[in-house]
Formats: sequence, structure tokens, C-alpha cells
Amino acid sequence: MPISTRRFSRRNLLSVVSASALAGVAATACGGASGQNSTAPGAPVSQSDIDKAMKTATTLTFWTWVPDISKEVDVFRQKYPAIKVNVVNPGQGTPAYTKLRTALKAGKGAPDLAQIEYQYIPTFSITKSLVDLRPYGADALKSTFVDWAWGQVTGANGEVWGYPQDTGPMGMLYRADIFAQYGVGVPKTWDEFAAAAQKLHAANPSVYLTNLADNEAGVWHGLQWQVGAKPYTVNGTKVGLDVNDEASKKLASFWGSLNQRGLISADPDFTDGWYQGLEKGKYATWLTAAWGPVFLSGSAKSTAGKWRAAPLPQWSAGANASGNWGGSTTAVVQGTKNPIAAAKFAEFLNTDPTTTKMFNTEQSFFPATKALLADPSFIGQQASFYSGQTVNKVFADISDSVDTSFQWPPFLDESVNDWTDTVGKALGDRTDLSAAAGQWQSRLATYAKAQGFQVQG
Amino acid sequence: MTITTGTSPAQIQAAGRQRWTKRRRRSERQRRSERRRSTGGVSQANRGYLFVAPFLIFFLGLFLLPLLYAAYLSLFRERLVGGTTFVGLGNYARAFGDDRLIGGVLRVARFFLLQVPIMLGLALLAALAIDSGLLRLSKVFRLSIFVPYAVPSAVAALMWGYLYGPDYGPFAQLAHRIGTGVPQFLTASHMLGSLANIVTWEFTGYDMIILYAALRSIPQDLYEAAAVDGAGAWRIAWSIKIPALRPALLLCLLFSVIGSFQLFTEPNLVQRLAPNVIDSAYTPNLYAYSLAFTSQDVNYAAAVSFLLGLVIVVASYVVLFATSRRARS
Repeated sequence: MPISTRRFSRRNLLSVVSASALAGVAATACGGASGQNSTAPGAPVSQSDIDKAMKTATTLTFWTWVPDISKEVDVFRQKYPAIKVNVVNPGQGTPAYTKLRTALKAGKGAPDLAQIEYQYIPTFSITKSLVDLRPYGADALKSTFVDWAWGQVTGANGEVWGYPQDTGPMGMLYRADIFAQYGVGVPKTWDEFAAAAQKLHAANPSVYLTNLADNEAGVWHGLQWQVGAKPYTVNGTKVGLDVNDEASKKLASFWGSLNQRGLISADPDFTDGWYQGLEKGKYATWLTAAWGPVFLSGSAKSTAGKWRAAPLPQWSAGANASGNWGGSTTAVVQGTKNPIAAAKFAEFLNTDPTTTKMFNTEQSFFPATKALLADPSFIGQQASFYSGQTVNKVFADISDSVDTSFQWPPFLDESVNDWTDTVGKALGDRTDLSAAAGQWQSRLATYAKAQGFQVQG
Repeated sequence: MTITTGTSPAQIQAAGRQRWTKRRRRSERQRRSERRRSTGGVSQANRGYLFVAPFLIFFLGLFLLPLLYAAYLSLFRERLVGGTTFVGLGNYARAFGDDRLIGGVLRVARFFLLQVPIMLGLALLAALAIDSGLLRLSKVFRLSIFVPYAVPSAVAALMWGYLYGPDYGPFAQLAHRIGTGVPQFLTASHMLGSLANIVTWEFTGYDMIILYAALRSIPQDLYEAAAVDGAGAWRIAWSIKIPALRPALLLCLLFSVIGSFQLFTEPNLVQRLAPNVIDSAYTPNLYAYSLAFTSQDVNYAAAVSFLLGLVIVVASYVVLFATSRRARS
């Protein structure tokens, strides 16, 4: 069909294809109907339409950078042999989004489904590039996923923009041997953390309690999440922008003080020097996400047995809060000709007990489903790299403590870019972090206004 | 002294005129017959266009059209909310007041002044050394200087990034071993020099090959004449080879103007190692890239790219003007 479905409103399209029996095309219109401003979901797709679509020979294109995902796709295909899934790896993160944006702009070549990280969902929903999954039964799946992950995929008007695939609630991995050597206890609060940083660095100037990477806006956002900051509140074209709110100011002054006193390092992460630093004991902790433990066991092999996991230090004693860093969703891309099959594939992939379990055993993903997070075979696993500690249990508990209301802006790339040029730069240069956080806010507000948003804050 | 000949000057002139008119007549006849031979109404000139058509099609499709499209884009402003509006030269006006862009242009200008003389000097020395015939294993020498050019610049930047590493790089390790201060290659004050070093390493070989090829085309009799006049190897290099290399040096210089002002790959890759030093507007090209793909501001990115092109044209002209004036004076 040569007509680009995206250019037509629901009514237009229905009149164009009213006589046709193409259930799939008609359903596109339903998906397309729920744009930014509509509050009511499109009419639910009937079970008979779904049954029919799942038995019709269809090929779905799925852009994802998950390695070996064909194993999970095979499980789906055993159940739905009529649906063929063409998995394409468009690169990880930014390159993938750039390609997706280009294809969407060109009006052709976009996939039926795409892997989208949580923080990028608003960036794509603002351009009406994602299909609201409510007509395909998404609402019924709310209780399948952990609450905060569901909050992440939910739009301002209740739209469901994707299904959570994996998550990264943040905790702290620490070197038990270094802590023991210098008599440092595991810090429960950030005050204890600051004291420990001082003690450790005084005892051995070549060791830092942690490394707060100056290129990693993701960690900063995760820490903002934990401290209770609300940097972004989005409602259609109205954007509340306060990346330097009171809670964020507390964060900036805390880390700015540690950094300017030289008690922590701020090396860029995932670089050669950083890997060496982990391996050679330059950093005594790594503030990281739930996918971190497996990653570390692969990239700092020589330190096996020396690491342990703990929750993040808290802002007040006895509190229990965390943020998220990373994790992805599977989203259906606007313009697909097979929205039913695509939505059902995304659903199956991320809710089926077999595939969700496989994501953990094959890809080492940290689960997004409540069932798996409570599964004894998952949380009871003893990790040998962590001397038999049940690391999954630690992070499963942390997952429960993640705030459900944190939101992302519809222009995340710009925010990350501005963060790196201001806050990140101040970390690297060991200059005033609070002032830099103010610059981040003013630069981002200027950008948002220039892009036509009504900016509050 | 008088020359006595059988013919008068007037006679010679007349004969010359005759020969000239004959030649002209012959060529006219030739042309007419050629025109007769050409068939199907396609004239000789038009047939020429057929031959360049493949080039023209690609030139139009892959160069001119995108260029025009970019020019067209630069006149609009597309916003996430509110759609696209025509802004005329608004994007250009914005660029002229953009400190980040101007800072980037000045930075690459400084880079040019710092890096290019060193690179061309080294290339010239290497080319003269190989051409002198005094080197043993000159082919090996030539190849080993040229090899870095064959290494993709992405790989080169990654390699140097490792070498520059402030904690675990080989230079840092060596400094630790000796007990001196660790050289800080990736700090704000040294970054430009570190990048210049990578670019020099990559492109000296390329320039050397151009210069060496130019040296090989100097006629041998000039050297023989110079030798007869008693010139040594140094004198020959200074008075014959270097003047003869002028056009080739100028070519290398122009390439370097363009390369410097379009600096992108090296800072883009080293950015990962020192994000606090190399920000998103470190060079104009990096800025345009970040505007287009991070800020989703394709229109302004197009205007910035056009202005950068203009800067390069002006810089190239200044270089040509300066060098030609020096040659005249």
C-alpha cells in the first residue's frame, strides 16, 4: 500500500480502507488515533481480530541491539509460526535512535518494533512515533511489571508506549578487601559515605572511595532520582524544567564538595583507564545499576571474590530509596502495517515466563517483571564473583525502593549534552558543581523555549 | 658584422605569411571534413558531454543537490512544538552571534597555525631525505612514514588515546617508573597539541608522497648543471628542489587548510577520554554534528556548515594570496 498511514488521521484512513477487509490496516488507525492530546484510548481491538492477525502470515521487523535475542524470538515463533520476525541490529543507543529518527522522517524504512530505553520514550512519543498499546490489552498487564518500570512506560494521559524488558535499579558495589584494609565500614548514609571518602583517601592517596564519571549523565539522573528530584514534568507541550531544583542542589553541593576536595575521582567511564582503575583498585566502590554486577565480573576478572553488593547510601538514616540507570523497553513504531502482531509480539517477549527468564539466563538482564523478581531460583542465586553473596536479592529489594513518578524530558539528548558540557565538565575540572548545575538549567531552558515548549521552572 | 644571404627580409616575411595561411587553410579543411564525418546531428562538442555525463550525474546528485538542499534547509527553523517556519537568514544571524561557534572557529585556526607548519616541515624534510639518494633502505623509510596514513583515523585516535592515558598509558607508566611528573596530554592546555600530534602522525606521510612525486619530476639536467657549477647537496636542495616544489607545497597547504578547519574525527574520539576538555562545540564540525543529531536542529546545523564552508574559502584565499605575494616580492 503506497499510502503512508502516518499522514492520515484515523477517520481519513478508515474511509480510505473502509471497504477493505484488511484488519491490520484498520487497526493501525486505532493505534494512530491516540496522539499526544487525546485522553481516551483507541477502541480495544477484539479478540477475534487478534486471533486472525496472529494466524496471518506476517513479517515483523524488530530493531534491537540485544545480543542473541533470536533465542527468545524462537520461543515466540514456536507458538505463532505465521509471524516471522526479522531482527536487525541498528547499533546500540544513540546510533540506533539516529537511524530510527531518520527512517521516521523519511517516511519509509522504519521497523515495526524498536528497542527504546526508558529515558528516550518521551523523546519519541513527542514526535508521535510510538503506538499506544492500550487498544491491544496493555492495561491488563500493569501488575505484571514492577510499579516504577510501568510508570516509566506510561505517558501523561495514561498511554502505554512500550513494554519493559529489563531494568537497572541502582546500588553500590564495593571492594570488601579495601574496606577491611583501611577500616572503613560500608556507608549506610551519604554522610557516612563522605566520611569514608576522606578516611580512605587520607590513608592511601591513590585510592578513591568512588568514581563519579564526568561523562555519565545517566548516573547523575539516577542519583537525582534517588534524592527525590523532579527535574522534568511533561504534559504535552508544557514542560516543567527544573534540573537544579532543591533536591538536585543538595546533590550538587554534596558531590561538588567531595570532588573539589579531591576525595573522589571523576574519570570518564567505560574507557580504558576506567577499566584499569576498577581492576587495579583505584576505585573502592562503583555506584551502578542492577546490570552492573554481571558486567563487572566480566570486565574485572582479576578482582573476583573481592566485591560485594549493597544498596546506595541514603540521604537520611533508615530511608530506603533508589533510582534507575538503564534498561530498555520494546515499543511498537507508528506507521507499522501490522500493529496487532507487533503489539502481541512485544507483549509475549516481555511477559512470557520462558522468555523473561531467558533474558536473565542468556543475556544477564535484570528483570522487570514482579514474578521473576520474586522467583527463588533468581533471587537465591549465589554469585561466585561476589563470594557467594545473593546479589540478585540485594538488587531485587532495591527495585522495590525506586520512586515511581520520575519522568524524562522529550529532548533527552539535549539534556545529556548540556549536562556533559556543564556539570560533567565541572566534575572533570574539579570546579564549582552547584554553579554548573545552574548553567545546565539555563542552557536547557533556553533550548526548550527555542523548540517551542512552554517552559515552567 | 653583416650577414649576406640570398633572400631579403621581406622575402622571408612573405614566405612565412604564405606558410601560415596554408596551415590555416588546411586546418579549416580538416575541421570541415570532421564535421561532415560526425553523424546523427550530435556535434563533436555535445559528444564530449556524453563522456562526462557519468561524472556530471554523480556530481549533481551526490554533491550539488545535497548542497542546495542544505542551503534550502538553512533558511527554515523546525521546532519540536510548532512545526517549520521560514526564517530567511535568521539562522545565519544567530550564528554570527554564537560564541560557541566563533570559539570553535578560532580554535581550529589556532590548530592550523600550530600544526600545519610542523607537518609540512617534516614532510618536506622526509621527501628531501628520500630523494637525496643518501638513505639506505629508503623504500622502507618511505613506506613506514606513509603507513599511518593508511590507518583509519578512528583507529589512530583510539591508539593515541591509549598512549595518552593519564593513569595507565605507557607514557604515564614510564614517568612513574622514572619518578618524574606524569605528562598531562589530555588537559585543557595541552589538548590542542595532543590532537595536532595525532594529525601530524597521520598525514605527514601523505604530504611527503606528494612532495616526493613532485621532486621526481624535476629534470635531471638541472642537477647536472648545478653540479657543474659546483653546487653541493644542500645548495641543490635549497636553490633547485624547494623552489620547484612550490606548487606541490601549496597544494599540501590548501589540503591542510581544509583538513584543519574541518577537524572532526580526532576530537570526536578523544572526547570520550576527556569530555571536560572537548565539549560539543570544540570544533565547528563537531558543533554542527551535535546540533543536527543531538539538538535536532538540522536547520541551524546547515547554516553553521555553510558558514564554515565560507570560512574555509576565505582562509584558502588568504593563504593563496599571501603565498603568491611573497613569491612576487
